[in-house]
Amino acid sequence: MSLIAVDPIEMGAPQVDGEPLSYLNDGHGLRSWLLTKDHKRIAILYLITVSTFFVIGGIFALLVRINLLSPNGVFDADTYNRLFTAHGIVMVFFFLVPAVPAILGNFLLPIMIGAKDLAFPKINLLSWYMYMLGATFGLIAIIAGGVDTGWTFYTPYSTSYSNSNVLLAGIGIFIVGFSSILTGLNFIVTTHTMRAPGMTWFRLPLFVWGQYATALVIMLATPVLAITVSLMALERIAHVGIFDPAMGGDPVLFQHMFWFYSHPAVYIMVLPAMGVVSELIANMSRKNVFGYKFVAMSSLAIAVFGFLVWGHHLFVSTQSVYLGLIFSFLSYAVAIPSAIKVFNWTATLYKGSISYDTPMLYGLGFIGLFLIGGMTGLYVAALGIDVHVTDTYFVIAHFHYVMVGGSLMGFLGGMHLWWGKMTGRQYPEYWARAAMVIQFVGFNLTFFPQFILGYLGMPRRYAAYPPEFQVLHVLSTAGASILGIGMLITIVYFIWSLKNGKRAPANPWGASGLEWRTSSPPPTENFYETPIVTWEAYEFAPIESMQVLGYPGDSSRSTQPVPKEHGTED
Amino acid sequence: MAVIETEHRVSETTDRIEIHSHHHPRLVHHFESMEQQREAGTLGMWWFLLTEIMFFGGMFLAYTIYRHLYFDAFAAGSNVLSIWWGAFNTAVLIASSLTMALAVYHAQMGNSKKIVFFLLFTVVLGLVFLRVKYIEYSDKFEEHVFPAGDFRWPLAEHPTAPSNVGQLLTMFIGIPPAGHTAEAPQQALPANIDTKYSDKSPYLGISGAIPEEVSKMGMAGHVRMYFWLYFVMTGFHALHMIIGIGILLVLAFQAWKGKFSKEYHSYIELTGLYWHFVDIVWIFLFPLLYLVDRHL
Amino acid sequence: MSEHIVSKKTYYTIFFALLVGTALTVAAAFVNLHNFNIVVALLIAAVKATLVILFFMHIKYSTRLTKLWVAVGFIWLFIMLSITLTDYLSRAWLVYKP
Repeated sequence: MSLIAVDPIEMGAPQVDGEPLSYLNDGHGLRSWLLTKDHKRIAILYLITVSTFFVIGGIFALLVRINLLSPNGVFDADTYNRLFTAHGIVMVFFFLVPAVPAILGNFLLPIMIGAKDLAFPKINLLSWYMYMLGATFGLIAIIAGGVDTGWTFYTPYSTSYSNSNVLLAGIGIFIVGFSSILTGLNFIVTTHTMRAPGMTWFRLPLFVWGQYATALVIMLATPVLAITVSLMALERIAHVGIFDPAMGGDPVLFQHMFWFYSHPAVYIMVLPAMGVVSELIANMSRKNVFGYKFVAMSSLAIAVFGFLVWGHHLFVSTQSVYLGLIFSFLSYAVAIPSAIKVFNWTATLYKGSISYDTPMLYGLGFIGLFLIGGMTGLYVAALGIDVHVTDTYFVIAHFHYVMVGGSLMGFLGGMHLWWGKMTGRQYPEYWARAAMVIQFVGFNLTFFPQFILGYLGMPRRYAAYPPEFQVLHVLSTAGASILGIGMLITIVYFIWSLKNGKRAPANPWGASGLEWRTSSPPPTENFYETPIVTWEAYEFAPIESMQVLGYPGDSSRSTQPVPKEHGTED
Repeated sequence: MAVIETEHRVSETTDRIEIHSHHHPRLVHHFESMEQQREAGTLGMWWFLLTEIMFFGGMFLAYTIYRHLYFDAFAAGSNVLSIWWGAFNTAVLIASSLTMALAVYHAQMGNSKKIVFFLLFTVVLGLVFLRVKYIEYSDKFEEHVFPAGDFRWPLAEHPTAPSNVGQLLTMFIGIPPAGHTAEAPQQALPANIDTKYSDKSPYLGISGAIPEEVSKMGMAGHVRMYFWLYFVMTGFHALHMIIGIGILLVLAFQAWKGKFSKEYHSYIELTGLYWHFVDIVWIFLFPLLYLVDRHL
Repeated sequence: MSEHIVSKKTYYTIFFALLVGTALTVAAAFVNLHNFNIVVALLIAAVKATLVILFFMHIKYSTRLTKLWVAVGFIWLFIMLSITLTDYLSRAWLVYKP
């Protein structure tokens, strides 16, 4: 089968301001955007706001790293506490959790399954407003002086001792959690009830499987965060002592409840990125994902197993050692489906027709960096090792490898793969590759020394440190600056491309998936006709049958829609 | 899934592509059929209820742990509550579930008048429940067992509660029984506890229980914990009921206006699911809060 | 419409059963069953909840998938409660000898 790119002009779409009618120009003005029910517009709203918070979180990261350039620090300890807490709260709750689902998921999920929109468009819009409200509370908490408890809000410090804006931050997190739940709700219902005729579960793109598994985790875990934050907030107001041992409470109960959400939360952050990576690897090597069913089932397995390991965050608390052993064992088990995925992506590359465009680079970057992050996760999952490295920079390096090297790379890869689809314009390929490499180098320079730092004993959340750690810290800060520059380049060329990028055809990559069968950008209803699916996932036409698009930078690279082929209507 | 006849044409007035199809007026444009729309709504409501299970679940978790650690305090606290009020409220809520189910039944029959009647009946029963909760909460304040504030333990005398149906009904409408005393001498918390920003370092014994000498408040503090869970759990439950009552009133108004029919009454069914869930939460709350160690 | 309409008779029967269950719960609370009091109370509550879910909430007449989701919700709650409780129950097993 082949992929027929759709030309909106041929379909009879009228022109608006000289451009074909698409979701972008279907209605002008602030009202049409702020009151939209179109999942694509909501995705763009999320893109703008979530990116803003990414930048804010990044600024806090840079301030933290600047402080750590010298052993005595630049800021006093109290300020430093507020800086790393702000970095954590903003990055976890206002960036990583919503990024792929609310931006890429919202935009692509309905199109990939052949639907006109998500199941509940108004709830989708509500979720964005809740995000804005919650993020505003968070921002107010930070501007009003910040929080000094760490993003983990451990009690009784957060409830009884801290003199910072815990309540405001808690309210913000509660509301943003609700936003997350509404998104997850939409994804589950949409995937179950709105697939196009012929789109069976095992014909779905793995991106959809990833969002679906994520939605399951969101729905079952986030409410526990909600009640935990509520109890913490009530405790802050009423001081009854539910988490305060001086009054009969148990601080470890808070930790149990907090991590019951926060461990699955890291799978909320990584599963969607894994879904993106499947798309990146398959489409940029023009090959079906090796072991498609295994990858799909692994997404579900990660979602389920991810709920059974939260106690590995409590190894050094007074949690029962016997339970610790069980959690340790389960933490090793949860790595298995992730490993299956990594293996299958690698096997997908074998004998594929690989192109090294930016999306592929991000996909490869994900595989390598997630591998390191995941393996070091196994180190800390061992009880004995964790006693040594817990609360050190080893753990920080581990989770940044999976979150930044993993999730962020996946997110950026997806943004590049689908940028043309979303905006109708392509990003500049050479700048993008350069930025990716700069980010990759900067990232590794930032976080690899931190493994060493942690192993040597440098504790986390410390504003000052013994001089022998300085060299590694300086390397790390240098890396952070390079990473920051790389990110800046990406942001700049994305914005630049909106007006000056080459116009994107419907299918610039020759990729498979229903989203490539509609125009770039798509019309408001996504398709001109409801697709009827009769082919399996990731079926690629032989490259000769398509008008070759050429390598990036090649002036022969076509920006015209691919002409229809004879007798290839499926 | 039903295929709708569609036609694409460019509208003369707006110069935009319009997709016209012949369908039920209540079918939203992104769904293919009323059945799909209904299926999606039902699945959505069930998933929302699952999140509610986990939300209340966190409170049940705290209850489970502290009941395990401080059983005696929980027993003492529970015996302060009135079984009469608790059982009465349980029966009221179960009845409201019945009336809600009947409202859905009549929605399926397409009988608007009966829908309105049963929705309002459900609202009335819900308000009865809340009225009783108000009475109970007021009593707790008077008995000084509200945990945040002037908490005193032990109680000097047993609180006023109905001991027969007659008393229950008269107290319900606000007539206090004869011989009711509001104040009684109580023992306050130890004076040397600064419950705001204490700077004692926390310690938790290996066995998991808080050693008595560390938990300076002893039994009183643990009973206070019980009452805190009582208020938080029944408080969140009552909040959910208030929201439910609001939704029911809106639906009753819409039903009165004739919005619903045999083919279109999803919102009533979905609200029914929500209301039954709130009932189920109470079904568990009642024995856990009211019936700890009640045997004589 | 393919929805199953439950009869009013069924609703009234279930209602009556729920009231009986409530009375049983209260009565059982006054019998000294030591550690089993809580078991009995929760068992009766679980039966009542099941009746509400099956008949008032129409799960008996729903698809297998819907039944699965309801089960998943309670299973997840059970996971959270049981594993956390295991922590507290097993802490005392490891006794430090000073």
